[in-house]
Amino acid sequence: MSIIKRKTVVWSIARKEFFHIIRDPRSLTILFLMPVLQLVMFGYALKMEIQQVNLGVMDYANSPSSRQLTDYFKGSTYFKPFDFDASPDRINDLFKARKAHAVMVIPFNFDRELERDVSIPVQFIIDASDANAATTIRNYISQTLQEYNEAENRLTSLPFEIRNTIYFNPDKKSTYFFVPGIIALLLVMISAMLTSITITREKESGTMEQILVSPIRPHQIILGKVLPYIFLAFSIGMVILLIGIFLFSVPFQGSVLLLLILSTLYIITALSLGLMISTIAQTQQVAMMLALIITLLPTFMLSGFIFPIASMPRILQYITYLIPAKYYLFIARGIILKGSNLLQLLHPTLYLLIMSLVLMVVSIRKFGITLEK
Amino acid sequence: MAEFTVETEKLTRRFGDFTAVSDVSIRVKKGEIFGFLGANGAGKTTMIRMLCGLLAPTSGKGTVAGYDIGTQSEKIKQNIGYMSQKFSLYNDLTIGENIDFYGGIYGLSPASVREKKKRILGDLHLTRWEDAMTSDLPPGFKQGLALGTAMLHDPSIVFLDEPTSGVDPVSRRAFWEIIHEAAARGITIFVTTHYMDEAEYCNRISIMNAGEVIALDTPGSLKKTNHQPSIQQVFVKIMKQQDKENVHN
Repeated sequence: MSIIKRKTVVWSIARKEFFHIIRDPRSLTILFLMPVLQLVMFGYALKMEIQQVNLGVMDYANSPSSRQLTDYFKGSTYFKPFDFDASPDRINDLFKARKAHAVMVIPFNFDRELERDVSIPVQFIIDASDANAATTIRNYISQTLQEYNEAENRLTSLPFEIRNTIYFNPDKKSTYFFVPGIIALLLVMISAMLTSITITREKESGTMEQILVSPIRPHQIILGKVLPYIFLAFSIGMVILLIGIFLFSVPFQGSVLLLLILSTLYIITALSLGLMISTIAQTQQVAMMLALIITLLPTFMLSGFIFPIASMPRILQYITYLIPAKYYLFIARGIILKGSNLLQLLHPTLYLLIMSLVLMVVSIRKFGITLEK
Repeated sequence: MAEFTVETEKLTRRFGDFTAVSDVSIRVKKGEIFGFLGANGAGKTTMIRMLCGLLAPTSGKGTVAGYDIGTQSEKIKQNIGYMSQKFSLYNDLTIGENIDFYGGIYGLSPASVREKKKRILGDLHLTRWEDAMTSDLPPGFKQGLALGTAMLHDPSIVFLDEPTSGVDPVSRRAFWEIIHEAAARGITIFVTTHYMDEAEYCNRISIMNAGEVIALDTPGSLKKTNHQPSIQQVFVKIMKQQDKENVHN
């Protein structure tokens, strides 16, 4: 077969797949709407910050200074203090009823101690049933206390001062960190599901046999089938990226072009994964389920989307090397939040490139085997 | 090209312990309509799959359109047409797009696809329906269109695996007319069927049972040697003989 003929073959398949896509407007609408809805839901729900800590105040001093300390907590956006006049053994009940996250106990001798230049024991009791929240609350408390000490308690002298400069996300907003993760999750899920049914659908309808008796080569089918889906997944990806960045006003530091190119590479990796599933599964339902299982949970748990890879057990850390989203997260977070360039992202880019090539070759080989039987 | 489009010698295919096709030697002449009869599971489909290059034979050898089925399956695929009982066209493509697609995967030039499309649609009286959705076609027309696309690349032989199952008698009649026209143009037809009346339309028929060819002749001679008025009765008689032999063995 001449080169022109070969091109015709791939083009014919791509064109036919394209018709399948546009002739099904219902699925197409779902394909665009579903990720947008999920993005918005995830984007608003996934937050690590704790706003409005309910703080019970047991003020035994009840003096101007102690009230001033309480005012510092009232003035902070993090706290919602309320007076709690009860015996100390009622504190547990307060936590059990979830009425307070923390309790501040100011001793009766607060004023006197303050003037005598000794450290004043103000007690904080924190509900640590959510360990992460407790740590955050503790940090908020120290921060507020530091502000108070600096302004009101001139007698405390600090041996040295720690000043933090926070790069890339100075407001420490977890949304900025999560939006790229949500994008990574949605892209891999949708792309893999898209191609996972393309070959199984033809196995079910019987058209696959008709294609198999033609002189077509496995790589032509695989190429022809993946091409139109690159465009489809890319447009869905654009929508998600735009909404994700603008709706959550994520500051964009890097090159848009680089992000688009590397996102396309990620999409191709996910599409190849779907194709490989399609060559293994016999029915569309099985293929869809497989695509979902392989992409959703591993991406959620093992890509570094929410849980840091560094704090996972060693075995799980090795498994993360197989998760495409892990590399895309390096890329997306790097470009969006830090403005990384291609050279700095060479590693994850190469991994994705190798992964998509391997998946492609495996799909072609697998497809070749079904041909011979 | 050889005188025979299909020539096999002791062709055998086993799946584990089960022998689906056993020592089948047949010869099909160019332009012949060759009927392949047999009960379900007799080995017809396995036979066709081997001849189409979809399945490698366990032993024996054969040629299709002059090419070896063991080693030249790519060449064979370029020269055969195939149509199965499952509807092989895409329902969400228009009639024209289906023809374009199959023309494309056989590497035909756009000009030649256009010309072939015109002829196929003309033969089926569907010229005005080129842009209609394939799903809207009545079953008889679908079958005709599928046969047309299976012969788009001018194959020297067409394999039809129960092409008329689920089609009404009038459409079946029309379908067989297309087959006869194709045979008249020199295309060899290799057809399996459940309908015994269709067997009468074939030039020669072979009857398969348990992987072996147990009868092979023209419909006329088969009826004469078995003293039966129709192929239906010939088939029933031969099958009964087989059962008896099996019992005696």
